[in-house]
Amino acid sequence: MTEKLQRILPKVQKPARYVGGEYNAVVKNKDEVEVRVAFCFPDLYELGMSNLGFRILYGVMNGMPGVWCERVFAPWGDMEQAMRDNEIPLFALESRDPVKDFDMIAFSLGYEMSYTNVLNMLLLAGVPLHAGEREGLRNIVFAGGTCAYNPEPLADFIDFFSLGEGEELTVEIVELYRKAKRENWSKHEFLLAVSRLEGIYVPSFYEHTYNPDGTIAAITPLYGAPETVTKRIIEDLDSAYYPAKTIIPNTEIVHDRTNLEVMRGCIRGCRFCQAGFCYRPVRKRSAKVLCEQAREALEDSGNHEITMSSLSTSDYRELEPLMDELLDYTIPKKINLSVPSLRADNFSRELMLKLQKVRKSGLTFAPEAGTQRLRDAINKNVTEEEILTTCATAFSGGWNNVKLYFMLGLPTETDEDVAGIAELVYKVIKTWRANAVNKKRGLRVHVSTAYFVPKPFTPFQWEKQDTPEEYTRKQKLLKSMMLSKSVEYNWHAPDLSRLEAVLARGDRRLCAVLEEAVRRGCRLDGWDEYFSYQTWLDVFADLGIDPDFYTTRGYGDDEIFPWQTISVGVRREFFRRERERAYQGLTTPDCRTQCSACGADRLLKEVDCDA
Amino acid sequence: MLRARFSKTGDAIWMSHLDLMRVLQRSFRRAGLLLAHSHGYTPHPNLSLALPLSVGVSSTCEIMDFELEEGQDAADLAARLNRVLPAGVEIAEVYEGEMKVKHLKWLRIALTMEYDKGVPAGAAEAIEALFGRDELLFEKKTKSGAVVTQNILEMMKELSMTQPDENTLRLACLISAQEPALNPARIPEAIDLELPELAPDFSSVTRIEALTEDGTVFR
Repeated sequence: MTEKLQRILPKVQKPARYVGGEYNAVVKNKDEVEVRVAFCFPDLYELGMSNLGFRILYGVMNGMPGVWCERVFAPWGDMEQAMRDNEIPLFALESRDPVKDFDMIAFSLGYEMSYTNVLNMLLLAGVPLHAGEREGLRNIVFAGGTCAYNPEPLADFIDFFSLGEGEELTVEIVELYRKAKRENWSKHEFLLAVSRLEGIYVPSFYEHTYNPDGTIAAITPLYGAPETVTKRIIEDLDSAYYPAKTIIPNTEIVHDRTNLEVMRGCIRGCRFCQAGFCYRPVRKRSAKVLCEQAREALEDSGNHEITMSSLSTSDYRELEPLMDELLDYTIPKKINLSVPSLRADNFSRELMLKLQKVRKSGLTFAPEAGTQRLRDAINKNVTEEEILTTCATAFSGGWNNVKLYFMLGLPTETDEDVAGIAELVYKVIKTWRANAVNKKRGLRVHVSTAYFVPKPFTPFQWEKQDTPEEYTRKQKLLKSMMLSKSVEYNWHAPDLSRLEAVLARGDRRLCAVLEEAVRRGCRLDGWDEYFSYQTWLDVFADLGIDPDFYTTRGYGDDEIFPWQTISVGVRREFFRRERERAYQGLTTPDCRTQCSACGADRLLKEVDCDA
Repeated sequence: MLRARFSKTGDAIWMSHLDLMRVLQRSFRRAGLLLAHSHGYTPHPNLSLALPLSVGVSSTCEIMDFELEEGQDAADLAARLNRVLPAGVEIAEVYEGEMKVKHLKWLRIALTMEYDKGVPAGAAEAIEALFGRDELLFEKKTKSGAVVTQNILEMMKELSMTQPDENTLRLACLISAQEPALNPARIPEAIDLELPELAPDFSSVTRIEALTEDGTVFR
């Protein structure tokens, strides 16, 4: 008789994402496996399989003899319902064994609004939500990823967090677990031992106390846990694991291509950008290694598209020779090479023509702010002239499509800055008129504005978020100024970004909010189909927690942050200095022009910062 | 034009038609083969599937036509592709396709019906009788949005019923493959509608063979 899972698959959308069986999926003999890891991505398959970090750690763990790492993704609502109706617990794709049977359950945290998925997945798995309710070594739950730098809203649920780049640390964690399992340690013994690994944060080993005004009074380490936990990095990317042989999905995913990682870290120092500081110091892969990896990955995957990714790929020193060599390989094989995150300032005509040889990709800029004053304040070192010159080059090269990304609600923003966005868009249109080679096709300018979310480990970590009303006022003001038919203006409702702001700088008192929100049905919050703002507001009201405390209040100059225990290597003093410079409208040169002594280079012992 | 006959079974049945196209295109590259590409603004690889297969339907008689870039070594194609295809997709043979796809007229299919509490008495006979009627009308939306009424029995023939075990009934028949095409999902739907007391707990469809108008096996 056909098993339950096979019976529900015909009734759900895109069933291929629930069955595994892809090319390169790792299947091991259970009898030869000592440690089984359920590696959970708290969102849909299409997103998780597009995540390079997830692929790297899958490969790293499965490279360990006796360890089997399997994938788990959040089901879409229809599948979740069908699983509940048929009493199918959350399962891993490779073996289809229930997650609750795994030794370790790992989560990759890339986005605050996926926190409810973490909880919901534990519930679907039938694993107790609270770390304290899980006894013994079975079902040790740990998490890493960008959001782990302020993991407090998940402190009650996750046994420990792995901070920074996981290629080495994950192996150390799993090896330690193997030893603990062999020697039958208690969970506390294991947590004590794992807390001594560099880069591990065990939230239950820190006591947070509060002042009457709700701010944190003190964070006290327990059981000899370290005062500060510093993230881990990989020093030499050339010798680091790269998933050249990686799973090729049977169904379309968001980034359905080979992804070369040319460098880590960013020299730019945009003051709003968490990634820009958290991934420091700057390290590169050599062009030679990248070319080998590209060939190997393209041959093994059969992909017909490859992209060079990093936070700012045009700052990769060997970009031109790398592209030349890659194009020599890709053009005869009809493989498309794309380069995201090119900067306007050094986006040469030559580079564009090279890319055009295979296929025209889109032209996208993120000026983030409409006036030079505000761009200087946020240290987005791109000038209007650079944008317009690049547009002129592109338009005369046949491009008719531009995307422009901005933020509203940035610190020090005035209505003049908002109007500046419309003016810049207008100048882009004028540039097209002056330079377009084929005007018959018309011009499309896609403008989108996001609601600024202050993030930990940025110079704006202390800042107030605009109220949703103020954001909406600015957004409407901008809308009223966008009159051209060529412009398509998209904006987001402030609801999601407000919650993102709450969770991004939240403390562990938000654990109760998350738990209650999930109990009332919140999950897949990043998806319009499921996001229910009202439910969240009700939960905050019912639990007596004021979201504004985390958003529009702003954090005091000397306030203890919920994430105070954690270090990304960049000094707090540097963030403070950068914040001051923002107020003064002063830019800070990129790290290559002049080192600003952020402190992240102290994480390096063998190589120098490549800034 | 080269032609491959292949099967899509097991978990591969959950791939959509477009998914399968992507999987096949990648598999050629993995096998070190470059498909010929169309010329144009966005060149497309020259690969087509004779009849799209619905998600959830298995098949042992899928047909794919393709053209390799000039100068490609075409030896041993089936084995080379099978080494790099995902589980459940398997090439049976590759050959020079001579029959035209438009002559693929009939599909031999089987509908497997599972009754968890055992096949109800008289079910086989009742279902056989249902499909022995003169007409079974279904409404169908055309691409233009108009609703047309189809008599599905005109698109089915050579029906037979077997009972492989006490929980399973198996209906085999030929269905019209194209112009007009019968969606095999109509068959269990007809049973659900007309004989609700005999509706199975689960049913699945498999394509077994492709045939021309006169019943010759399509190759």
